[in-house]
Parts: sequence; structure tokens; C-alpha cells
Amino acid sequence: MKIGVVTFPGTLDDRDAARAVRLAGGEAVSLWHADTNLHDVDAVVLPGGFSYGDYLRCGAIAAQAPVMQTIIEKANEGLPVLGICNGFQVLVESHLLPGGLIRNEHQHFICRDQKLIVENVDTAWTNQFTLGEEITIPLKNGEGGYIADGETLKRLEGEGLITFRYSEVNPNGSMNNIAGLRNARGNVVGLMPHPEHAVEPGFGPDTKVAMRSGVDGLKFFTSVLKSLVEA
Amino acid sequence: MPKIIVEVMPKADLLDPQGKAVGNSLKRAGHNVSTVRIGKRIELHFDHTPTEADLEAAKKAAADFLSNGVIEDVVAVTVEA
Repeated sequence: MKIGVVTFPGTLDDRDAARAVRLAGGEAVSLWHADTNLHDVDAVVLPGGFSYGDYLRCGAIAAQAPVMQTIIEKANEGLPVLGICNGFQVLVESHLLPGGLIRNEHQHFICRDQKLIVENVDTAWTNQFTLGEEITIPLKNGEGGYIADGETLKRLEGEGLITFRYSEVNPNGSMNNIAGLRNARGNVVGLMPHPEHAVEPGFGPDTKVAMRSGVDGLKFFTSVLKSLVEA
Repeated sequence: MPKIIVEVMPKADLLDPQGKAVGNSLKRAGHNVSTVRIGKRIELHFDHTPTEADLEAAKKAAADFLSNGVIEDVVAVTVEA
């Protein structure tokens, strides 16, 4: 199974995302922002970073990039797409997910191992989790405050589109503790924390068992491979 | 240079952390301000006097790309010849 990982100018975590795909058993394919061809990939990861230097608004210029026009079209036809951090910002700027992300409430950049509650497992990227499971993956952002108007929030809650919520601490002032969302079809998921940084023992968050042994992020990538096998 | 100026502000009911920080700093410096909000001024330059069509195109770009309606309002799109 081929998973495309997009690199925009200013993307930082593309190589970690590609590594996560390989550790999960998939083949990672690099996609370039200026390319409209997705090279027959079966799913796409929009990784974290600061695409186009966060100019104008985080993710706004990336949403206009040639590769995104193809991704938007294919995502609307069911192609699995995961947006991580800046990738989540690209998804909201592309209108594949609703709402927006603004500067953290307390105005500081955050970098911490963050506990999340898995709120929805009926997606291409979360089917290997258990509903209500608590996971820990790194969070690192300056503009991760999720906002939406009252009507949208009501719809997100009512239709079960909230996929991850922050647990214990709301680190950035996100409304309803929203850390991640899915679309109605479940093929598009976006979240601020970084699953690709918690995929290999020795390099993940600390756990009760051992330092840096957390691999909760790996299930995002095994989930998509499973959903592709079943498709 | 003839230009169209697009002004964008964060929505009134949203927290504007940048404005808050600058407001606090101004108050510390003794300025008698209550709050500060920071928006954007975007200049579109032309080598001709902007036409009605240019203005319409600028208004569309202001709504679709230069601002995000979830978090911001376009407060003005004006021609400055």
C-alpha cells in the first residue's frame, strides 16, 4: 500500500511521517507541493511544519498549492487523508474540515507529551483504536486553538465528528477540548498533536513501563493500511 | 502606484492574543487605552488604474483567500488611485 507524504516549502515532519508509514508496514511516497499528480498513492498524509512560513494564515497558502487541488478532489471521492498539525490547518483552510485554528490562548508555543481521548473509531485513520481509549502523543504548536461557530460545534458534537479530545489539560484553548476532527465519510482526519513522533520504542513519549517507549501514534498508520486492505 | 487595499480584522468576539499583548505593553508604557486589536492591511498593486472588474476580483480574493471567514472579517476593500 502506497501512502503519499506531501512536502510543501517549510514542511518539517515529512520524513518522520514517511518513517511512520514504513514502520506500520506501508510504502511511503514523497509528493511535492507543485505536482498535481499523486503517483497512484492509496492515501495521503499532510505533515506538520510551517508551510510557506505560516504567511497570511497557517495553511492558507498550502491550501492553494497545485498538489492540494488534486488532494481536495480525491478526498471528496473518498481518498484517505490525514492532516497533522500544520496539515490539520491545511485541511481547514481547504474546507475539507470545518472551523479554524488560531493562536494558543496563552500565546506561547507548546511542546509536550499530550494525553488524548479517542472519541471516534469509525475512520480510515482510527479504526485500530478502542472507543474512549486514552493515548499519549507529542503536541507542538503555536496556533492550535480550535474554533468554530456555535452551529458548527453543535453539528460536530451531534454527528460524532470530533475524533480526539484533549485529556486532563486543554493546552491551547480549543473549543470543546477539540484536538482532532473527521469528515462525515471518515476518510479525512485532522489533528494538532503528532502521531508520527510516537511510533518506535526509544523515540516516543515516556510511559509507565519505560522512558520514550510510547508508540500510540503507530495505530493511525496501521489503521489506514487496514482500511485500504478492506476497501 | 494605483492600488486596491484590503483590510482584514480578527472577528470581534474572538480573542486576539497579539492585540492583547500589545495592549498590555501600551498600558505599561502609560497609554490610556482600553483594548488593542491587530488586523492586516494587504495592498494589491496595479500598473493601471484599477477597474470595476479589478475591484470585484479583489473583493472575491479578499473573501476566499486573503481572509478566513471563520476567524476574520474583511472590513474594507478600497481603491487608492
